[in-house]
Amino acid sequence: MADTHTHAHAPAHEDHTSGHPTWRTYVVVGFILTAITGIEVALFYIPSLANILVPSLLILSALKFAIVVLFYMHLKFDDRMFSRVFFAPLFLAALVVIGMILLFKVLPGLEIS
Amino acid sequence: MADHTLSHAPAAHGHAVPYTSTGLNTFKLGFWVFLGSECLFFGSLIATYMTYKNESIVGPYSTQILDIPLTSISTFVLLMSSLAMVLALDGVQRGRRTYAIASLLGVILLGATFLGFQAYEFTHFYHAGLKLQTNLFGSTFFVLTGFHGAHVTIGVIWLMVLLVEMLRGRMPPARSLTLEIAGLYWHFVDIVWIIIFTLIYLIQ
Repeated sequence: MADTHTHAHAPAHEDHTSGHPTWRTYVVVGFILTAITGIEVALFYIPSLANILVPSLLILSALKFAIVVLFYMHLKFDDRMFSRVFFAPLFLAALVVIGMILLFKVLPGLEIS
Repeated sequence: MADHTLSHAPAAHGHAVPYTSTGLNTFKLGFWVFLGSECLFFGSLIATYMTYKNESIVGPYSTQILDIPLTSISTFVLLMSSLAMVLALDGVQRGRRTYAIASLLGVILLGATFLGFQAYEFTHFYHAGLKLQTNLFGSTFFVLTGFHGAHVTIGVIWLMVLLVEMLRGRMPPARSLTLEIAGLYWHFVDIVWIIIFTLIYLIQ
């Protein structure tokens, strides 16, 4: 006899959130993302911050990325396996981007003594 | 005869799932693998854009044509659509149907608004003389943002299908994984835009 692969359908009153945050947390996160975007745009228009513009924008962008992935995509609350299968190719993609910039933008400009 | 109910699965949405060797829902795990492959896809497009950045020998150039205020608004719209998406999922998981429907409708409208901004931007660029074949900026910009826009379009269509399911009462809390997967896709296009907005529009 075949094994029984039970899929227990939960009753309507059962909690299906798996420890996900409440709507209040989501709204707070939304405000934070909006604020960071506002800061990014403000930085773009302030000439005196031109020297730190690029690193500041990269840090703020990475922060927004992390907030969305951790809270809205629930990686902070879900099993670590999901994080592994996502962040491994993401890391590889980042290496490709950095490698291409180094090869075609940075290294050709360096003087070899 | 063995009963392979795995009621203690860590990411099983609060109810039992069929037995898997990882203890995880294979649909969800497979979708995360797909999103990982999408990272490589967009990574290659972003790498190409960055390689040819400021290498165009004829205009229009990016500094002349990109509209930061307009794109800031469309970025805000997409961020708010992500917020509406998690609220829709929260509504389905807690069995609050009206709240879930309103939130999902909000996601669709905000996604369509973002696409409207993109259509306006593309049309404006076209009339300003920037086409796919005009210069390196045009080629890399339209391919990257065009593929992103195509992903948003697919997402909007997907969510419209789910909205119809919801309106027909076919989205009980036990089926919340269906919406969660669509939500993962939607948030992914949002995080891709976060990167695009910074690298293309703000860092010129």
